[in-house]
Amino acid sequence: MAKKPQQLAIDTRPWRDTANNKPFVRIKNVSKKFGDIIAVHEVSLDIYKSELFCLLGGSGSGKSTLLRMLAGFENPTSGTIEIDGQDMTEVPPYNRPVNMMFQSYALFPHMSVEQNIAYGLKRDGLPRAEIAARVNELLALVKLQDYGKRKPHQLSGGQRQRVALARALAKRPKLLLLDEPLGALDKKLREETQFELVKIQEQLGVTFIVVTHDQEEAMTLATRIGVMNQGEIAMIGEPTDIYEFPNSRFVANFIGSANMVEGVVSEDEPDHVRIRSSELGCDIYVGHGVDCAPEQRLWWAIRPEKMVLSREKPAGLHGANVATGIVEEIAYLGDISVYQIALASGKRLRVSQTNSVRGNPDAITWEETVYVTWDEDAGSVLTS
Amino acid sequence: MTTHDPTIPPPRRLKPWNAVERGLARVGITGRMLVLIAPLIWLLVFFLVPLAVVFGISLTSKQFGRPPYTPLLTSEEGTVQLTLHLNNYIRLFTDNLYVAAYLSSIRIAAIATIITLLVGYPMAYAIARAPDRWRNILLMLVVLPFFTSFLLRVYALTGFMRGNGVINQFLGLFGIEPIVMMQTDFAVYVGIVYTYLPFMILPLYTTLVKLDVSLFEASADLGARPIHTFLFVTLPLSLPGIIAGSMLVFIPAIGEFVIPSLLGGPETLMIGRVLWDEFFSATNWPRASAVAVAMLLVVVVPIMLLQRAQGAVVEK
Amino acid sequence: MRRGWFLPIAAALGFSFLYAPIVSLVIFSFNESSLVTVWSGFSTKWYGELFRDPQLLGAAWLSLQIAALSASIALVLGTLAAIALVRFRRFRGRTLFAGMVSAPLVMPDVITGLSLLLLFVAMEGFLGWPQGRGMLTIVIAHATFCTAYVCVVVQSRLSDFDRSLEEAAMDLGASPVRTFFDITLPIIAPALVSGWLLGFTLSLDDLVIASFVSGPGSSTLPMVIFSKVRLGVSPDVNALASIIIGIVALGVLAATIIQLRTKPKNRQV
Repeated sequence: MAKKPQQLAIDTRPWRDTANNKPFVRIKNVSKKFGDIIAVHEVSLDIYKSELFCLLGGSGSGKSTLLRMLAGFENPTSGTIEIDGQDMTEVPPYNRPVNMMFQSYALFPHMSVEQNIAYGLKRDGLPRAEIAARVNELLALVKLQDYGKRKPHQLSGGQRQRVALARALAKRPKLLLLDEPLGALDKKLREETQFELVKIQEQLGVTFIVVTHDQEEAMTLATRIGVMNQGEIAMIGEPTDIYEFPNSRFVANFIGSANMVEGVVSEDEPDHVRIRSSELGCDIYVGHGVDCAPEQRLWWAIRPEKMVLSREKPAGLHGANVATGIVEEIAYLGDISVYQIALASGKRLRVSQTNSVRGNPDAITWEETVYVTWDEDAGSVLTS
Repeated sequence: MTTHDPTIPPPRRLKPWNAVERGLARVGITGRMLVLIAPLIWLLVFFLVPLAVVFGISLTSKQFGRPPYTPLLTSEEGTVQLTLHLNNYIRLFTDNLYVAAYLSSIRIAAIATIITLLVGYPMAYAIARAPDRWRNILLMLVVLPFFTSFLLRVYALTGFMRGNGVINQFLGLFGIEPIVMMQTDFAVYVGIVYTYLPFMILPLYTTLVKLDVSLFEASADLGARPIHTFLFVTLPLSLPGIIAGSMLVFIPAIGEFVIPSLLGGPETLMIGRVLWDEFFSATNWPRASAVAVAMLLVVVVPIMLLQRAQGAVVEK
Repeated sequence: MRRGWFLPIAAALGFSFLYAPIVSLVIFSFNESSLVTVWSGFSTKWYGELFRDPQLLGAAWLSLQIAALSASIALVLGTLAAIALVRFRRFRGRTLFAGMVSAPLVMPDVITGLSLLLLFVAMEGFLGWPQGRGMLTIVIAHATFCTAYVCVVVQSRLSDFDRSLEEAAMDLGASPVRTFFDITLPIIAPALVSGWLLGFTLSLDDLVIASFVSGPGSSTLPMVIFSKVRLGVSPDVNALASIIIGIVALGVLAATIIQLRTKPKNRQV
């Protein structure tokens, strides 16, 4: 659901060309302390026009605090925030060109849907007719034309969410902040709404910054994701980068599931690296150079779907990349099955295989001895 | 601008409040101070200072004139002299009337509080466990008497309990001799229970209604008989409500004046009544002040208990 | 869970204890005889008597004025105090302030009354104000303890308040003051109404404090009732009590019905 690749290639990946593109939001060395607790630590982040940027992290990772600093509800303890070239540090929330969609939606319970949407426009002192026109425009945008006179408590959860979005968009903000925008919706509605949200964002071209703890949501919505951990940015990248090329053990484990193996560098060449792993009981051959030193201890992460199971011993690569073990558990998930393989070292690998044959009578089963193999570029070498 | 309609920039309207705020901030006045200042000054002048004045006057002596007490500070030929009289406090400890009044106030308030708890707990529990649609109506029935006049409710009791009152007429139907209830300590207990019952029920209800029914089910499932569930689960969990309710009855009951003077007999000694008489009948303001200071000391500990319990009731 | 018989019976007995004296008082207010407890026939003459008693009517009018004024002052002060206590987490003297706000709730009336009277006397001596005692001093005294009640009611409403509503308003361009009037005030309005009503009722009901701080010629309704009742049961007080109970019951009933009526409406989508 993220933007179609050809579209991206044409115009909307300014972060790949930082020399010619000015960031729209500049967060520079921002820290926030609450008493002795450091909520956000030295975060620097550039976000470009028309991006849909997701801040992804667990609770207490500082993602919401960062968002609240962008909105102006919290002041950074140090560092600066610039929006469209303007320093926002001294600007109170009500004078910022930024609007926010709240996690609880924060719809004013004593006002109708129309009044909620009109609220920000009234504060700007727009003429009545103009406000009415704008409200109708927004109601149409979120498909709530017939609900303008209702009060928030007369709406369903999904409708409330759309009113909150319309209200936040009413003032044509340069930047829209969304705090867990889909968090309060049930699973099915969430999936539908994801599409809607991306559609509206593309249509209006507004820059979105979304805070979420749900990695699936981040992967489907975002042009780029900033993974946050303990107040710091752990990694910034496009969804595929984050999943396929994690930069640390934290990111590899946090996004999707990964097998994490410890090893020692035995060959360190410009075109390949060999890692000795007693956990795996075999060497790992990596088909590209890695920034490391011989005999360095490091980690290697591989996704369960990047490995292949077989009964016969495969050839392997350069005498590496073949581990053997016994099938301990099988989780049948319909489209795939996840096998848990116990290696001789006691290490357990999770390997997923597509169930491409219907009711396969010859499928690998419990207690079988199997070989696990993988490609030379299938895993990521991690030094932190 | 990237919005889809860049032609209309939002017009900036002058916001008078912003200007006022900025102006005040410039002279060092923040919004916070504006909010705080009025209640703070009011309470300082009309709550804290009066208590200090009471303490000051408790250290003077009665005299004839206006005001009817000796001045604390006198200036004679340029020197200011502070005269403290401790005789009021000495009298409090040596005169049996005061000691007896204090002890009897505490005793009456404590007994009445326990009875109120025994009457109120089952009621609060019944309301908390009642079906949803009944609960609001029952709560309304508890609150309703609270909104009707306190004085009139005490008065209603006098009509109920007097020698030829409703109760005795009812008993007379069965040939039972009239019972003397009015002007006894018993009538005072009934009066306190009757008027303060809502204060007991409401905090109890608040804690009881928040208890998860599955707690009782779990206890029963683990083999506890209802009485054990009550003793080991319900009772301990409702302790904050018990303390809050009891203190809300006990503290005002100690200083109660209307109930003992309308329902109690001449030998019903309560400190609130003593203070009243000292002030209105004997016009001994310093003595009345000393009685008040001593009464404050008696209620300080219960007040602190109450504050802690109320915190716990609210938190849960 | 199995329901026993104990709770319903205890509750029924408790409620009859609460209501029996009131009911009997109302019944006997229609009694012909001036002996309040012996029924001799239906009559409304005591109600008529009531409206021909200028002392009682004057006192009732004075009490209503005092109650309205002190409840209004308390509404402003109590709301401000509640905002300070809920919103300002830390400030110097917070403990003292919180103590001063909540102490009047439990302070025995005799102490409050005595202390305020002594203050007024001392202030008159030093400042020449307030001159003598009467309506003004009663209003001040009542406003002080009603502030505590208003504060408690508003405080509980404010602490349930979703702060993001205010943040949303500011985010949409409303200044803090504007936000208060547009969002905060309308949402806490029910608490303000009940706080005011509570203050009004409590002021109307107070005997002890008013007795201390009132002056000659400013007897409130409870003071008049008390002096009548002290001499024994008087049937016109029965009539007066019935009227007051009737008004209060109607008020509480109306409030409950409004609540019940609006609730199902809120639920429908």
